Amino acid sequence: MIEVKNISKTFGDRTVVSDVSFVFETGKTNLIIGESGSGKTTILKMMVGLLKPDTGAVEYDGRVFSEMNERQQQDVRKEIGMLFQGGALFDSMTVEENVAFPLRMFTDFKEEQIKERINFCLNKVKLENRNQLYPAELSGGMKKRASLARAIAGNPKYLFCDEPNSGLDPRTSLVIDDLILELTTEFNMTTVVITHDMNSVMQIGQKVMFLYGGKKWWEGDNKGVLTTTNKEVLDFVYASEFLKQLKPGLK
Amino acid sequence: MIFMFHIGRYFLLLKRAFSKPQKFRVYRKQFFFEINHIGISSLGIISIISIFMGGVVTTQAAFGFTSAWVPIYAVGFTTRESIILEFSPTIVSLLLAGKVGSNIASEIGSMRISEQIDAMDIMGVNSASFLIMPKILAAVFINPFLITISMFLGLLGGYTMGVFTGAVSSVQYITGIQYGFMAWKIWYALFKTAIFAFIITSIAAYNGYYTSGGALEVGKSSTRAVVWSSILILLADLLITQIVFTH
Ligand SMILES: Nc1ncnc2c1ncn2[C@@H]1O[C@H](COP(=O)(O)OP(=O)(O)O)[C@@H](O)[C@H]1O
Ligand SMILES: [Mg+2]
Repeated sequence: MIEVKNISKTFGDRTVVSDVSFVFETGKTNLIIGESGSGKTTILKMMVGLLKPDTGAVEYDGRVFSEMNERQQQDVRKEIGMLFQGGALFDSMTVEENVAFPLRMFTDFKEEQIKERINFCLNKVKLENRNQLYPAELSGGMKKRASLARAIAGNPKYLFCDEPNSGLDPRTSLVIDDLILELTTEFNMTTVVITHDMNSVMQIGQKVMFLYGGKKWWEGDNKGVLTTTNKEVLDFVYASEFLKQLKPGLK
Repeated sequence: MIFMFHIGRYFLLLKRAFSKPQKFRVYRKQFFFEINHIGISSLGIISIISIFMGGVVTTQAAFGFTSAWVPIYAVGFTTRESIILEFSPTIVSLLLAGKVGSNIASEIGSMRISEQIDAMDIMGVNSASFLIMPKILAAVFINPFLITISMFLGLLGGYTMGVFTGAVSSVQYITGIQYGFMAWKIWYALFKTAIFAFIITSIAAYNGYYTSGGALEVGKSSTRAVVWSSILILLADLLITQIVFTH
């Protein structure tokens, strides 16, 4: 469980995240949704410590992350896996070396054990027999899967995904979403997913926080999203003119 | 003011870069990779430059010393002194600032903008240390070897050119390069080389590590790395020469 308590962030004179509190539950896919620029990535960066919140705290199962020194934070981070928007695979390494990287760095595994773990992870994300390819040789969907394999290599307790299906076609997006949900359930991870894709919200939205202008505007789950009367949430859900026709009474 | 900011941030980065390796085995592998990547791979260009440099210095010296009072072996002597004290350590280091420096800055810079460095940090890896320390150590270790080779090839280039054009005889040249030879000058030159190697790699790594934006900024970081490391190499050269030769 990750708890975010009253965090805020201001860049210059622009408050990008304002007093947000939320509980991300273990074994669930917790979604942060909202339109572009609403502060989703900023919240995620504060949660993992790439940015320091101006106020408030982030707690990992009761451990207050923001009060730790660099070493202690590194220890918590070893329990974190992250899937970046662009994949962020290491260009100079093959798929296999990418997945092995956290293992070589933090475990005393023998080469056979590492091989075994690599194949286990690549198998989990359905990316077998691509071990020796470099990131530049992979398609968008394969990059995401390789990155997901690297994220779960160290058996993380917490999984973060920033827009896991941006730039992917709807079918491939669905595959990635299903994978995230499957892995979360199987390994009982606390998973945080940022998205602005309604398909994902419906598919994996076990818990949903809707951000609007840097504030937590609404929370619920994928069923609630459809039945809420919150105007901004509805505007987000029924974004197109086509969809608005399906929900008379809007506007 | 901005200058002080960069100096402060540079030293803080170095401090992070030289913290204890998280996994010795991984670092050792990276160190040997870098020796090849930023060291051995420059051998070709260094060889070509050194041979030509030696040739030019010898020819120039031969044309310069037309007076009967200057013995012909002075050509060899001059070539040796210039090559060992300045041309090999300084000029070749400037060349490496261009080749290796821009390579390091753009490599680390593109890792920064594509979030690969963030990915490392989030794994709990000390990205500054993993990316920078092996590069600095590799260059400080391997560059003196490269420069030794450069000195040798420079003298060989001088010999070939001098004898080929008839400016100096084989015996005179060899007498000249042995005349008044002091071994400490080589050690001094290699010491300078190690300092320059540190400047090249650390300045390049700094510029790459703090890149922000896109591909355009990676290009700018790489240019800045070359400009600043070149300037600092020349400043350091001036300083070291002052200290060593005026005492
Ligand atoms: N480092 C930064 N400096 C200044 N402004 C920033 C910075 N990072 C993000 N912002 C601004 O904060 C707002 C929210 O950004 P972000 O969290 O990336 O939104 P989202 O991920 O929801 O699209 C944007 O308007 C963005 O321009
Ligand atoms: Mg974002």
